[in-house]
Amino acid sequence: MSLVYSGVLSHAPGITGRAHLVENTAKRDEFYAALEKQRRDIVAAGTEALIVIAAEHFANFFMNNMPAFCIGIGDRYEGPIEDPEWLGIQKHSIPGAPDVGLRITREVMQTVDTAYAQEWKFDHGISVPLHFLTPNYDLPIIPVNINCQGPPLSPLHRSWAFGEALRRACDSIPEKIALVGTGGISHWPATPDSGKINEPWDRDFLDRLMRNDKQALLSYTDEETYRDAGQGGFEIRTFIAAAAAAAGKGDLKFYTAELPIFAVGCTVASFDIV
Amino acid sequence: MSLYHLQKFLFELNRGELAQERYRKNLPGLLDEYDLTDEESGALSEGDIGLLYVLGVNGQILMHYAAFLGIEWFDYLDLMRDGITKHGAVRDGVYAMTGGGSSFTDEEKSR
Repeated sequence: MSLVYSGVLSHAPGITGRAHLVENTAKRDEFYAALEKQRRDIVAAGTEALIVIAAEHFANFFMNNMPAFCIGIGDRYEGPIEDPEWLGIQKHSIPGAPDVGLRITREVMQTVDTAYAQEWKFDHGISVPLHFLTPNYDLPIIPVNINCQGPPLSPLHRSWAFGEALRRACDSIPEKIALVGTGGISHWPATPDSGKINEPWDRDFLDRLMRNDKQALLSYTDEETYRDAGQGGFEIRTFIAAAAAAAGKGDLKFYTAELPIFAVGCTVASFDIV
Repeated sequence: MSLYHLQKFLFELNRGELAQERYRKNLPGLLDEYDLTDEESGALSEGDIGLLYVLGVNGQILMHYAAFLGIEWFDYLDLMRDGITKHGAVRDGVYAMTGGGSSFTDEEKSR
């Protein structure tokens, strides 16, 4: 078994870009501590490369040719594309894992028709997680994307299948691979409603996620998600894929709806690999 | 399909340093390369966040554009609200305003 870690975390740009505006600094720092613990857990697992399942925000893919799924097989990546002062993260050149990425892609393709890319610019959806999980940018990254932005979106059941395919691919190679799904739960980002969070919906989703209840996780329709969890809720696909890859129960390390300035219910969790 | 071209302009601007350089040096010339309506072209010429929001530009694309323009976060939220007040509801896409223009953060309310 070479998948050594599977978890989820939030990626909203405010987490770094609006850190200085936060009034509830105690809760903010508690969240940052949970992210630091996640980093240590990933390192302690002996991780040689990190898969980041992201919900990218038009840094690479557009409606001229939108892949449902994509895996990065580049040597290096650039990011963030956003203004560094705005995001609170300086631009970096980030190492990839082209050989590992290629072998993972070949195996995933046996069951899921994924695209692949040798070029990839990171936006906040990957740059914010990396800021916390590999702050020295010395861990090879395999970026992965699920289309959560440009409807028609990747169906939930295909996102689950994609997560299972990533698991099979990781288990087919000797390198130790960690995986994180990064997205939001309910949120209305980049609108005047930024900061709106449906905490009961979040907690119900997280309960399903921690039970790793496939049927319950795949029962949402996009119409229901949009109504109850906003367009940001479409990013649950990344969490679902991480759960599918792990197959075990989850352990919710941190959740709060008390940092709406970050525009999302801030979440950190891991799963048992079974 | 015009919204497609409007968003494509911003997509390519947001991710490309060469496009950003051209934007700063010769915005009219850059705009001429896209199939835009007069309203869309005007909104881009003016950096009119409110109108672009109402036209249906995906919020993620618009947010990155606002950051490129150097607009502060709370000002960005206000510009979208002002756009609704001036031009009416969001006409397309999935980034409609659903909260009646209210603020959802103590930090913004206490400004």
